[in-house]
Amino acid sequence: MSDTRTFGDAVLAETVATGAAEPGFSDFVQLLKPRVMSLVIFTALVGMIAAPTHLPPVASFTAILFIALGAGASGALNMWWDADIDAVMKRTARRPIPAGRIQPGEALGLGVSLSVASVIMLWLATNLVAAGLLAFTIFFYVVIYSMGLKRLTPQNIVIGGAAGAFPPMIGWAAMTGSVSVEACLMFALIFMWTPPHFWALALFMKEDYHNAGVPMLTVTHGRKSTRRHILVYTVLLVPVALSLGFTSIGGPVYLGVATVLNLGFLLGAWRILRRDEVMAEADKYRVEKKVFGFSLLYLFGMFGALFAEAVLHGLGYGAL
Amino acid sequence: MTFRPEHEIYKRRLSRNVGVGVALLAFVFLSFLLTVEKVTHGDPMHAIEGKGAVNPDGTPIVPGAAPVTESN
Repeated sequence: MSDTRTFGDAVLAETVATGAAEPGFSDFVQLLKPRVMSLVIFTALVGMIAAPTHLPPVASFTAILFIALGAGASGALNMWWDADIDAVMKRTARRPIPAGRIQPGEALGLGVSLSVASVIMLWLATNLVAAGLLAFTIFFYVVIYSMGLKRLTPQNIVIGGAAGAFPPMIGWAAMTGSVSVEACLMFALIFMWTPPHFWALALFMKEDYHNAGVPMLTVTHGRKSTRRHILVYTVLLVPVALSLGFTSIGGPVYLGVATVLNLGFLLGAWRILRRDEVMAEADKYRVEKKVFGFSLLYLFGMFGALFAEAVLHGLGYGAL
Repeated sequence: MTFRPEHEIYKRRLSRNVGVGVALLAFVFLSFLLTVEKVTHGDPMHAIEGKGAVNPDGTPIVPGAAPVTESN
């Protein structure tokens, strides 16, 4: 009896037998951390719109696309490096590499090639300052944060937060070719927001970081200290957030929104401080989860207010 | 002749190939549009030099407007 198997059948049988991964396109999209990319797109877009000079539409679109892809590339490189940690943590165990859908080498290849492509395309579409900032952001997130700080120090989130704070500055630089006080304050806003945001998450994802051996503040300094740190960083965030309102990109709308959101964030941080583990366990970290959710709303609200100010300025309503 | 149901691996492979194809086509199209825009909107070397999208007299380049030159 002759063998009727085709070449395709043989490849399939080998693929299934060896357990080799056969990723779909969506697996590669997941590798780029699309939710983080959406935040990057939004903040970079606000940085671009708030800038005093503007590029033509295709160049602007190219800029925002490749800023987002640069962020995605650093996400892929982060997943490649942190695959061992991701496999241990419940929150990340289903990511493409620990789940076995994508090989680490594929993630590395995608991350490196997208990083190079995004920096070159941003340079060609806009300018060298923006491209340089994007290259530094990728380097900072992958080498300084992922390979260095994340496994070494409980200050990992504080310093590593800088990587997530660069997009509005890159957007501003893409439009103007330089960095200004406004761009630095937008950077500072995200930089100061990151620690309380992640520490609120760490409080209710308590086993994850401990099991993975990541020296989060909750693991190294305890939960009481983490609660204090959340309040201190939220207090430090307030003047940074409000000062943006008195620059050329701020105005009454921004100041109004900023006042409400900062009061809300301060109140949440204060409520977290006043709780202990017994209270938190009793209601399954309800307050901590609410503050974490509010912190996301906070960032969208603050940058949404900057967006509104930019639109109002465009319509002829001046700043304060 | 009988048709066997397609294995899931082929579907995933197809989605990957189609996705990569569409992404590459989009990249080529975007590069073309960017080139056209760069040629028709002022001096593209401003981008290379990191000066931002401004005319030589310092005013921002307005989409659709004729580029300002030194002699204007």
